[in-house]
Amino acid sequence: MAEVVLRDVVKTYGALPVVHAINLDIAHGEFVVLVGPSGCGKSTTLRMIAGLEDISGGEVRIGDRMVNDLPPRDRNISMVFQNYALYPHMTVRENLGFSLHIAKRSKPEIAKAVAEAADILSLTPLLDRKPGQLSGGQRQRVAMGRAIVRHPDVFLFDEPLSNLDAKLRTQMRVEIKRLHQKVGTTIIYVTHDQVEAMTLADRIVIMRDGHIVQIGTPLEVFERPVNSFVATFIGSPPMNLMPATVTGGALRLADGTALPLPPGLSAHEGQAVQFGVRADNIMPEGHSLPPTAHMAHVDMPVTLTEPLGTETLLFGTLAGTEVQAKMLNPRPVRTGEVLRFGIALDKCHLFDAETGASLRV
Amino acid sequence: MYQMRLPPWLVLLLPAFVILLAVVAIPLVLSLYSSFTAFQLTRPETITRWIGTFNYGKAMGDANFWAAFGRAVLLLTLALNLEMLLGLGLAVMVAKVTLGQRLLRTMMMFPMMFSPILVGFQFKFIFNDNVGLLNNALQSLGLTDVAIPWLVDGNLAFLAIVAAEVWTSTSVFAILILAGIFAIPQDPVEAARVDGCTPWQTFRYVTLPFLMPFIYIAMAIRSLDVARAYDIVQVMTAGGPARRTELLWTLIGRTGYVDARMGYANAMGYIAILLSIVFTVYFFRKLTTARTSLGMGD
Ligand SMILES: Nc1ncnc2c1ncn2[C@@H]1O[C@H](COP(=O)(O)OP(=O)(O)O)[C@@H](O)[C@H]1O
Ligand SMILES: [Mg+2]
Repeated sequence: MAEVVLRDVVKTYGALPVVHAINLDIAHGEFVVLVGPSGCGKSTTLRMIAGLEDISGGEVRIGDRMVNDLPPRDRNISMVFQNYALYPHMTVRENLGFSLHIAKRSKPEIAKAVAEAADILSLTPLLDRKPGQLSGGQRQRVAMGRAIVRHPDVFLFDEPLSNLDAKLRTQMRVEIKRLHQKVGTTIIYVTHDQVEAMTLADRIVIMRDGHIVQIGTPLEVFERPVNSFVATFIGSPPMNLMPATVTGGALRLADGTALPLPPGLSAHEGQAVQFGVRADNIMPEGHSLPPTAHMAHVDMPVTLTEPLGTETLLFGTLAGTEVQAKMLNPRPVRTGEVLRFGIALDKCHLFDAETGASLRV
Repeated sequence: MYQMRLPPWLVLLLPAFVILLAVVAIPLVLSLYSSFTAFQLTRPETITRWIGTFNYGKAMGDANFWAAFGRAVLLLTLALNLEMLLGLGLAVMVAKVTLGQRLLRTMMMFPMMFSPILVGFQFKFIFNDNVGLLNNALQSLGLTDVAIPWLVDGNLAFLAIVAAEVWTSTSVFAILILAGIFAIPQDPVEAARVDGCTPWQTFRYVTLPFLMPFIYIAMAIRSLDVARAYDIVQVMTAGGPARRTELLWTLIGRTGYVDARMGYANAMGYIAILLSIVFTVYFFRKLTTARTSLGMGD
């Protein structure tokens, strides 16, 4: 039952800084996901919160306590590791009860807590097995069970699903979300998978090279990315980015195609920009969402198709850049076929070509 | 002319067979056979005097033999446990060192590089009651003013031998346990820290179970070593005073080569080997159990 606050938290390995003065306020009961490409400092941040790494600078608070110098055991947190980190010599039952055993709880109390956790995670038939006799998904559930028996203030998850196959990952994702709804504990969850981040988070923290790039709800970071990095990192398929310049109040793509300037964006005359449009906002006519007030139209030959069932991804080339578009109620499309696409300009983005910063006002 | 052709695989294996036969099988059979005779080294013709299991029966009823047997078990127990504890402590400490660890690891091996005979002489000197280092040190420090008869008192002499054994071979444990420490996965250790363990509890509940297989390997190696202890004891006390430090192999060696009763010595030797086998089997069992419990078995 606690909020977590990071104030100018820094981590350096020797002279090498890997986390640069990050600030983060996590409310009690919130589900926050740290997401970013591999090596951006997510695990390091999480491990500083856990107490597994020294904090080189700044302050970490859990509840009303400054925990910088507290060992992990005094922080009342529990953590689920990427490789499960189960105790191989203990049975599932012993793994689950270990922290309570260390906390010197009574036998019946431990048995009750273990039975409860096992029940929530459907581990009851496996209680007497050793981790070596479990499948990956089962091990993952034991790791989660071990975390929940203690009723900690904060759950920390470090890429807990990345070793599972796609189907199991989707399943466990739902279980984790359900678990959060049930126990209501603060969760800090690290992943490099933006789908996991979008589906799980109350708020997403996007990190890059040891900096926080953007913090926001899944919809906020999806709809209003602060820069081109977030724009391409969040959302699947990634947002299409095309180099363009602003001339004469219009947007001129590399091949000279002129488009009206998307509304709500501030770009000055002659500015070099990146024009960003998601596949959902560029659709062939007759297979699209209802047109909005600001539509532009382009003809584009289709080079590749990816049928997904309810929709088909169309690959084409626009102004020398490969572009992915979406086709609703799909019909078969031949490669080379030229389709007329509508672009919903009011959903489009402009980023400064140099800094990548969003030009949305 | 008819020529016998042996199959090539047999021709190729033949030298190995011949060597094995000459150096292992024949001595083994011969010594086993002689343990059923009244063979005396000084009277070679006695090797044909078959006396059945007389030698074995005699050993079974020989109080000196059983005393030596018991002492060997005691030495094994004391030395192995001490070496394990010291080796564990040493390994844990060395694993913490970051600067100069290689050098430390190499230095740790030094005692193993000396001939046991020389170690025996060295410790004989250290424990000498007149000129020995230990008594001199104790007296200079004012801890005692009598000359403690280290190698003259039977119990003290036994402890002196334990000390020499431990000094030479603690590094066997230290090195193997250190290898174990380096092989421990970090995840469970971190999980334990998060689960509320103090450093000691982490060691006790997570690190140590991971080290047990390495400890049992060291135990198995060292139990063979100590069960055949001869050189250090022979040099330091020669089994004395008054047989108070007599071990199996000093007794067997004396019976065979000094008393020349080779048949009897061989019979005792075969019983003694049983001891080694029992200990080795025991530790391998423990090793297997420890590995299985870590999910490393099969
Ligand atoms: N013990 C360490 N020593 C030096 N550099 C490290 C150490 N641990 C991590 N790093 C570096 O810190 C950066 C962030 O690592 P990490 O937090 O594990 O990234 P992520 O979890 O986001 O993939 C990486 O560039 C990594 O190489
Ligand atoms: Mg990581």
